[in-house]
Amino acid sequence: MEQNQPIISLQGIYYSYPGRRTILKDLGLDIFKGDRIGLVAPNGSGKTTLFHIIMGLLRPSAGKVNIFGKERQTEQDFMDVRRRIGLLFQDADDQLFSPTVLEDVAFGPLNLGKSKEEAVAISRKTLEFLGLDDFEDRITYKLSGGEKRLVSLATVLAMEPEVLLLDEPGNALDSGMKSKLINVLNNLNITYVLISHEFDFFSETTDRIFSMEDGKLLQDDEVYIHTHRHSHKVGKQPHKH
Amino acid sequence: MITEPFTAGNSVIHSVDPRMKIVFAVMLSCVVAVANSLLTLSAGLATGLMLIVLARLDGRAVLKRLAVVFGFMALIWVVLPVTYPGPAIIALGPLQISQPGVVLCLKITLKSIAILSILIALVATTTLSTIGSALHRLGVPGKLVYLLVMTYRYIFVIENEYQRLMRAARIRGFHPGTNIHSYKTFAYLTGMIFIRASARAENVYRAMLCRGFKGQFHTLGPVAPYTQNRAFTVLTTAALIVILGLEIWNRISL
Repeated sequence: MEQNQPIISLQGIYYSYPGRRTILKDLGLDIFKGDRIGLVAPNGSGKTTLFHIIMGLLRPSAGKVNIFGKERQTEQDFMDVRRRIGLLFQDADDQLFSPTVLEDVAFGPLNLGKSKEEAVAISRKTLEFLGLDDFEDRITYKLSGGEKRLVSLATVLAMEPEVLLLDEPGNALDSGMKSKLINVLNNLNITYVLISHEFDFFSETTDRIFSMEDGKLLQDDEVYIHTHRHSHKVGKQPHKH
Repeated sequence: MITEPFTAGNSVIHSVDPRMKIVFAVMLSCVVAVANSLLTLSAGLATGLMLIVLARLDGRAVLKRLAVVFGFMALIWVVLPVTYPGPAIIALGPLQISQPGVVLCLKITLKSIAILSILIALVATTTLSTIGSALHRLGVPGKLVYLLVMTYRYIFVIENEYQRLMRAARIRGFHPGTNIHSYKTFAYLTGMIFIRASARAENVYRAMLCRGFKGQFHTLGPVAPYTQNRAFTVLTTAALIVILGLEIWNRISL
């Protein structure tokens, strides 16, 4: 693959849910290797739908999906895509279905045909990378919201994806967990697109910000990190935004 | 909320391969279930209690579990002795306590407590996920095993969703009563839980597809080394033989 060719390229994508207005209209998107993209748009504008189309969970009614230099149409095509692109779901409870953390993280690698030993080794390594070393025997439904989020990130990372799609990863995280997540993202060194509503989160994790309007994607210019003066309560205390 | 209070521990029973525990639990309870003599049933109860002692379970917690059947037993003890036909032991006015009725009550009581304590000692000391993988390795089809494990996993999510809907109804002044409004509200709640459960199922399935699921479930093998397999097998086989022997001897000698 050439260096300046997009790894994910969508052209003229249309999608509508039954009985509702068309949610994606002639949408185009190019993602290049090494991109760290933030996606911000109002609720219901089709961000999650866009992710699901890239993963082949939803099929567009029109348009071309080109991923890793190949046009993707059939379930078979997307099986390869799902192996190489990881999707972090909006709700961690959707992602964690195994009883224990280790089993859940090992689910992906086992599906990829790894042996039990390899799968366990990869899972342990991934958990360690996320600072979740002592989590393996924890019961998934007993984790807190933030822990569930990090563990579901581990389940995705254990697949060793080339691209990550993160659907509101910062959601429901306290500031400690959030800075941990920001740290992880900055250390990952892979291509990713993340949905969020928080510009502070974007400024620390992304280089470009895209937006969506009327079913189309708007590619903004590069993001400039800047500081501004503002006032609010207890502003004299040292704090972060 | 369902808790698994007996799964933590490092007793003899906890260090036995869950497959063996399941197999022996099934065999012992089947034998006790079909046994008929008081002697055999007492031996079954003794086995159950011995296993509980070996598992070093908290006696009070075990009694609490057994309490579920105590209520049922109480009902039987009230009804059966006075309604079962047979020679009376005592006559209380018009009520006659029949001897076969009392024996039958005793048998039912022994049987249920014996089976329950066997299951508490052998099955409840294993987490459901381990039971799942053990069943899978015993040859139970993967789909059934995952149905069991996933039902268990998502009961908590669905319970949370129910609680959320119920709270939402309560903060808007909903008091359940015996009227159409309450019935309708509960019907809506139930419907909403079903819709949410099916939406949840679809999302979970999608998340599984994203992680390369192709319809084949893989389970991780045994985690802990099971050191007490041999001792456990010898002990439970002996118990099984004693119970079976007693029952057979009893039937022959009749």
